[in-house]
Amino acid sequence: MISLLAAVPIVGALLVTLLPRGNRSQQLVARHAALGVSLVALAVALVAAARFDVDAGGYQMVEEHSWIEPLGAWYSVGLNGIGLTLVLLTVILTPVVLLAAYRDELPGNRSANSYVAWMLVLEGLAILVFTATDAFLFYVAFEATLVPIYFLIGSYGGKGRQKAALTFLLYNLLGGLLMLAAVVGLYVVSADAGEASYRLADLSQIAFGENTEKLLFLGFMAAFAVKAPLWPFHTWLPEAAASATPATSVLMVSVIDKVGTFGMIRWGLELFPGAADWASPTIMALAVVSIVYGALAAIGSTDIRRLVAYTSVSHFGFIILGIFAFTQTSTSGSVLYMFNHGLSTAALFLVTGIMISRRGSAEISAFGGVQKIAPVMSGILLIAGLSSLSLPGLAPFVSEFLVLAGTFTVNVPLAVIATLGIVLAAVYVLVLYQRTMTGPLTEQAKVVTDLTAREVAALTPLVVVIIGLGLFPQPMLDLVNPAVALVLGGLP
Amino acid sequence: MIIWLLVAFPALGAALLLTWGKESDRFGHLIATAASAASFVWGLVLFVQLLGRDHDDRTVTESLFTWISTGPQGSGAFHVEMSFVYDPLAALFVLLITGVGTLIHVYSIGYMEHDDRRRRFFAFLNLFVAAMLVLVLAGDYLVLFLGWEGVGLASYLLIGFWQHKPSAAAAAKKAFVVNRVGDIGMALAIMLMFKEFGTTEIAAVGDSVAGATANTITALGLLLLLGACGKSAQVPLQSWLLDAMEGPTPVSALIHAATMVTAGVYLVVRSNAIFDASETARTAVVIVGLVTLIAGAIIGCAKDDIKKALAGSTMSQIGYMMLAAGLGPAGYAFAIFHLVTHGFFKANMFLGAGSVMHAMDDDVNMRHYGALRTALPVTFATFGLGYLAIIGFPGFSGFFSKDKIIEAALAHNVWIGLATVLGAGITAFYMTRLMAMTFAGQKRWKDEVHPHESPRVMTVPLMVLAAASVLGGILLLGDWITDWLEPVVGHTEHHEVVIGGVELAPIAVSALVTLVVAAGVAIAWATYGRREVEGETPEKVSILTRFARNDLYGDTVNEWVAVRPTMGLARGLARFDQHGLHRAITGFVELIGEGATAMRSWQNGFVRSYALGVFLGALALTLALLVVIWR
Repeated sequence: MISLLAAVPIVGALLVTLLPRGNRSQQLVARHAALGVSLVALAVALVAAARFDVDAGGYQMVEEHSWIEPLGAWYSVGLNGIGLTLVLLTVILTPVVLLAAYRDELPGNRSANSYVAWMLVLEGLAILVFTATDAFLFYVAFEATLVPIYFLIGSYGGKGRQKAALTFLLYNLLGGLLMLAAVVGLYVVSADAGEASYRLADLSQIAFGENTEKLLFLGFMAAFAVKAPLWPFHTWLPEAAASATPATSVLMVSVIDKVGTFGMIRWGLELFPGAADWASPTIMALAVVSIVYGALAAIGSTDIRRLVAYTSVSHFGFIILGIFAFTQTSTSGSVLYMFNHGLSTAALFLVTGIMISRRGSAEISAFGGVQKIAPVMSGILLIAGLSSLSLPGLAPFVSEFLVLAGTFTVNVPLAVIATLGIVLAAVYVLVLYQRTMTGPLTEQAKVVTDLTAREVAALTPLVVVIIGLGLFPQPMLDLVNPAVALVLGGLP
Repeated sequence: MIIWLLVAFPALGAALLLTWGKESDRFGHLIATAASAASFVWGLVLFVQLLGRDHDDRTVTESLFTWISTGPQGSGAFHVEMSFVYDPLAALFVLLITGVGTLIHVYSIGYMEHDDRRRRFFAFLNLFVAAMLVLVLAGDYLVLFLGWEGVGLASYLLIGFWQHKPSAAAAAKKAFVVNRVGDIGMALAIMLMFKEFGTTEIAAVGDSVAGATANTITALGLLLLLGACGKSAQVPLQSWLLDAMEGPTPVSALIHAATMVTAGVYLVVRSNAIFDASETARTAVVIVGLVTLIAGAIIGCAKDDIKKALAGSTMSQIGYMMLAAGLGPAGYAFAIFHLVTHGFFKANMFLGAGSVMHAMDDDVNMRHYGALRTALPVTFATFGLGYLAIIGFPGFSGFFSKDKIIEAALAHNVWIGLATVLGAGITAFYMTRLMAMTFAGQKRWKDEVHPHESPRVMTVPLMVLAAASVLGGILLLGDWITDWLEPVVGHTEHHEVVIGGVELAPIAVSALVTLVVAAGVAIAWATYGRREVEGETPEKVSILTRFARNDLYGDTVNEWVAVRPTMGLARGLARFDQHGLHRAITGFVELIGEGATAMRSWQNGFVRSYALGVFLGALALTLALLVVIWR
């Protein structure tokens, strides 16, 4: 089941690249095909979700095959509630993104075939990352996601894309390098303890020495902190988001960056509980810095894409804070937060991306009074913005409040500082809306036309889910709670 | 009793109007009005049912579904039921919200007739009513917070309804952001409840108070008060309310006078278990109320904009309610009583102001009015009745409700009591000034303005509200309202007013207040009624007037204490992040980048990237091996 789920988009990507490339209509066929593939993946994932037993906290639908025997590497995949949450996020967002990106102007008349194929490859790799229960398999899939993103930014982005892609690659490779060291270290420790194995189930049986555990944990954390992105390792994100297409930004920030926070749980808390406990005060402090720093930098941004990127730095701060507060409430909240943030940031990147491509500028000051001529666009920007500021009634509120409430029970000062973020969030969202959408329509903003039916079709599912999960979040929480309880139960 | 139906009507109305296309423009306002009216009728039905129950059996709880849960109830995990509680306090609010709300819907049919976004306007009004009902019916603080933020959203959307006006958009944002400062208090209070009591259900929190430490209770009280200050425009979070007058006038009447801004008072009264247990928190509430009642009254004296004068008045009147709520069991019922009567007469006067603006081509400057009593006879009459009610003319609703608060304040502390008496005098002054400038004297409007009475659809709601302003005192007959609220706020002891060892009979207090009110009326009449009012705002005025005109410099303080430092820090940080931190971290990345650029001369396309990848891969492996060997 899981292998099928991961294989659909990757095989689909190969097929799409084989389709004839050339004129617009042929490229349109490729785009249709890619959308079709992503919908098939969505269907397969929904079947998997239907078969998933929500009350069991452990891994289900496990598949295991020996892979590289001398290394002890297995092709071992399985789904728990946390992984399924993120798989669902991935398969929901990919068709949305593909639909929204139908008319993306690609630089230098590049073919759309590869553009959409890379996105599908990324989807497949993301599914593999979220389901891998073997450290080596995880590492390989984790690093492999860099390739599609590198090309999506470097080949299809806007101005400054090559430099941004390089920055992205180097940052993440450096983080990955430390993780590689830890992965190698895991082999040594595992081989010492008996038979070498990278399977999570085997690794979690090993009694690490205290220092070894800390070192290995830090190796993994380095990669995750860059990916997540945790202050001060975040600076690649605004650069990358400012040069990528909106579709790429969504896949990068909403899905792939979640690998960082997801990894913190599966390959941090689950594998190295003692070290995670040891590091948690520092990580929580950095998370709170991220929350406030990201929000302030968003307020101070003049470029819309950078603004949205900084809001994510702030939101990732909440996610990390909740994970490392180690309470059922906050950690469940963080997992739900990953899902909700994925939706709300996707909506925000996509709608601002449409604004920017119409206007030909990403500067906030290039807009003004747009609601007059584009009421639907302004309405969706407002809803996406309100979800970003965690308005009660919308999905992100539930997760953010859980994170704060859970954190408050273990660390009042940090929770209080994090709560200040809700005022800053109101400022960055409403100032953006005010400056771009309200007031008299400016001469230069007249070129902005309202959303097309296709764009509305792409964004509506996001809006519906954001509102729906704001009022009825419990099905998602039921999925998350048992898995989180199991992870937290392993902590000292 | 099906409680959720109350919320369902307007919620459905809003959803329908927001998603239905242009074809519903013709009848959208009717759907919205019907939705609000249906909710009112259902509110009446429930109210009658509640009346029929025993005194001690008037709390009905309805749990719809589990909203948010990270574990079973009572296990220490976070667990919130989407639950409603219908009790005497909620019942009064339901009737006030849907009753006044429906009247204002009707009025808006006329007022917004020529606005091409009227359907949207009614959708937001419905959204507001639904959210406000959630707020007052909530059985859990987090559900209350949902309504709390919902009304905040509706307020934001409606203040900024005319988004093309930069001033309206700015006012809407300001209202939301200032309220968010208060929300910090609300949010932290709920977190503290969860931490200390393991629940956020209102009744359960009330039961847990007995076992909590004094510090916890006081912290809870102060945090809730911070939230209340934001929503109810109390000092120091008052600055948004005057700007909120940018919204269409029916909005000012419904949200920024009769209902939403009183939510802070509701919160304090609803949390009476907490405030009963903390004298410090109660004292803080009294101080906030007292300061705001005087500050709002002073602001009201200096405004030439009719809506802003009324907004200052609203602040001040809510100050009275807040003060009463801060008196504890002696004041809760009177706070709610004044809240209800104020809802009637202030909604009446705001709608009256809207009727005047309607007649005066949307001019809000009272210096351009004068002598409108003949041109707008109905508006004059209804406004006049509201005026008599607010100044506390004997027999009118405000007379009873304000007197009760003053009496309770005097019994609590003579100086606080005297300050509320003074406030009544200032109220009489600014309201008489407003009446005189608008309806009395000579006409000061230009010849091209042709004031005309508003259509029936607008004047009928005015008449109904005027009648309620006159008769609202009935609620006090036989102490009905204190008895009615007793199951919620507890028994109210009657406290004697003792000044200097002399016991003052209630009638003596009333006489004193009436005397001060008469003085306020006389001074205002001498200044603005008998003398000719200048057509333009005079420049040379006393420091006090200037102080009042600038809203006591509240905005200036915010600007220098909060806005400028934050924005400066934010801009600096954004620049530092892009050019400082990023540069520093990528310093050596740049070096490698330059190396790669150098290689471009003999490599093309993406090969250089591959090369880079290989290079880094090799580096990674080497380092990894080093780590392993070193180990």
